[in-house]
Amino acid sequence: MTERLNGPQAPGDDIPAAGATSGPIETRSAPAPATRVDSSTPHRLGPSPRMAVFFLLPAVLLLGAWVVYPIIYSIFRSLFDSTGDRFVGLGNYGSIFTDSATLTTIRNNVIWVVVAPLIVTVLGLIFAVLTERIRWATAFKLILFMPMAVSLLAAGVIFRLVYEQDPDKGVANAVITAVHDTFSSSAGYPGARPRENDQAPAAVQGGAVVTKQQVQAGQPVLIPLVGLSPDVVKDAAPAKAAPAGGVSGTVWLDVVRGGGGTLNQIDPQEKGLAGITVEAVAGGAVKGTAETTADGSFHFAGLPAGSYVVRLPQSNFQAPFNGITWLGPGLITPAIIGAYIWVWAGFAMVLIAAGLSAIPRDALEAARIDGATEWQVFRRITVPLLTPVLLVVFVTMIINVLKVFDLVFIIAPGSVQPQANVIALEMWRVSFGGGGNQGMGSALAIFLLVLVLPFMIFNIRRFRRDER
Amino acid sequence: MTTLTEPGSAQRIERGLLGRVVDRLGGGVVQVLLVLVAVFWLVPTLGLLVVSLRGEVENNASGWWTLFTKPAQVTFENYGNLLAAGFSSSFWNTVFITVPATLLVIGIAAMAAYAFAWIEFPGRDAVFLVVVALLVVPVQIALIPIAKMYGFLGIFGSIAAVVLFHVAFGLPFAIFLLRNFFAGIPRELLEAARMDGAQEWRIFATVVFPLAKPAIASLGIFQFLWVWNDLLVSLVFADTENQPMTKALQSQMRQFGTNVDILAPGAFLSLIIPLVLFFAFQRYFVQGMLAGSVK
Repeated sequence: MTERLNGPQAPGDDIPAAGATSGPIETRSAPAPATRVDSSTPHRLGPSPRMAVFFLLPAVLLLGAWVVYPIIYSIFRSLFDSTGDRFVGLGNYGSIFTDSATLTTIRNNVIWVVVAPLIVTVLGLIFAVLTERIRWATAFKLILFMPMAVSLLAAGVIFRLVYEQDPDKGVANAVITAVHDTFSSSAGYPGARPRENDQAPAAVQGGAVVTKQQVQAGQPVLIPLVGLSPDVVKDAAPAKAAPAGGVSGTVWLDVVRGGGGTLNQIDPQEKGLAGITVEAVAGGAVKGTAETTADGSFHFAGLPAGSYVVRLPQSNFQAPFNGITWLGPGLITPAIIGAYIWVWAGFAMVLIAAGLSAIPRDALEAARIDGATEWQVFRRITVPLLTPVLLVVFVTMIINVLKVFDLVFIIAPGSVQPQANVIALEMWRVSFGGGGNQGMGSALAIFLLVLVLPFMIFNIRRFRRDER
Repeated sequence: MTTLTEPGSAQRIERGLLGRVVDRLGGGVVQVLLVLVAVFWLVPTLGLLVVSLRGEVENNASGWWTLFTKPAQVTFENYGNLLAAGFSSSFWNTVFITVPATLLVIGIAAMAAYAFAWIEFPGRDAVFLVVVALLVVPVQIALIPIAKMYGFLGIFGSIAAVVLFHVAFGLPFAIFLLRNFFAGIPRELLEAARMDGAQEWRIFATVVFPLAKPAIASLGIFQFLWVWNDLLVSLVFADTENQPMTKALQSQMRQFGTNVDILAPGAFLSLIIPLVLFFAFQRYFVQGMLAGSVK
């Protein structure tokens, strides 16, 4: 500090050119003249230090009473029990590292710190580099940056909706089930089964539905099923008997709404079951497969004459794929981290893009002229030159992630909050949200402060270096 | 800067045909990729808006995206119900908390920043380093002690309690941002004013403060959004009658499924003002963020 104050520069020759009109970023990276003032310069006009007291007083009072004093108070308070009457030494800190609930919060914070800042920084870098190649970069930046203006509560509500389990409500599962269903057809008639009596032409065998009699070509087979509500197939086509010829038949729901109809016969009101996989089996081997059409009929094409058993494999009766349980105990932390990335990727991108625009273009062009590929330019020139910005983004994200509270509080449903819990949330919960243990709460707050401490030192060093 | 880009663009033309073809193809892939990313970022918020515009029955029966095939579903019923349920009082609480907290921070921080930038006093650099250190102090540290202090002062639960807390924790960033800006103001301007015998207070009010408008705008928008969007501080310090929108909505989260018709429009109402401000002042927002990316 002293060497800076006695630096060789004459006061006045390092005034930034456009301090009043340029943004603060330029002024910060530029040397700040105020701190370089040589206090021994005799001709300098200036107010007495007492003026400083007047200007600083409100800020010092507020910072002292609301920020500095609480740190000291919390250190003392953390050494006492929940009511504050009994001195427990480091007991509260001991419980942080032995209680399984707080150990879960620490584990979750570790996951957060390891995963979230890295993904946010990498995405920010990728987006910043790629937006340099598009014309609508400003629009893109605004879109990605927009979540920064939205409260974390609103972001939480937004992602509760995104992560809804029901694919008819949550857009995440809607997309996933849509993709899943395009690659594997799942007709899905869970609960459908044949009647369990002697007249029924088919029976359940190891989960599949199998005809009791051998089936001959030219004699359409009837496979009546029950166990489904008629509402499930109310939009389906009426069942129809398959035309004779080859091995064929019909799978339908043998239930008439309100009763009536003939058992095991196709009645006009009864609906066909479309999309069911049907197999022709002879001697234990599958000889042919077919799928029922809209009216429930099927026909095996090109099946050699003979006698077969018709089987509807179990897959027809399994519940359809219903998406991912995002908000269950298993995936809750990754799901919330997803929402966090949505909020912060724009921040990283804008900061890195600003760093990118400060890189001298001729360095990049010179490398390209020398035959470097885009990847080499990115890897060997862009990234090394961006390292200071990347580090700032990364560290800012770590500090932010350590304090993550709102998103976890809002997105994790009450029943899985213990699995999603983080230190900042546990601190609130234990001291205000029903816990009522301010000793433990203070210990957790101090623990949080200690975790932030290395980054506080990083900031101070960076600041002092920038000032020099 | 401009002199640096000129040779670059000249050399770009010299690049071979192959390079340009690769660029064009790669450019197409990049376009598609970034469109997908943009959609990915827009859809969640769009979902919130659409859900807030559909009735409870429709929301339970089908996905919000069906609105685009059946636009007749749009209704403002949810918003009407929300206002009828007294949500507007929490909206005004948010305003009454946010506006003073923003103005106070600007005023108090500007004074302190002026002292740090332009008044010589012993230990100035050390004190300023303390401010830099305080930038990252988590608010959790103060919840318990300040709750006690507010109880002692008898202001626990009031709007003033919430405002003062926000002001105090907004100060380190605000002082940091403004001091760095003030320090860049040409010395001659101040020296001239001091030569003329102007009082320090007058210099601050008539020379420095007007020059610092961009920085103050950055700080103002930042502090405004920070306070407007806060949940934790009001969760601890605001009574039910003084609670802002965030806390009012949080209390409805427990039955998320059944309360969606309140939560979706409420969340949308709470984000619409920050969003408008953000689009109107995004230049200052970005500048403030670039200048103080430490919080």
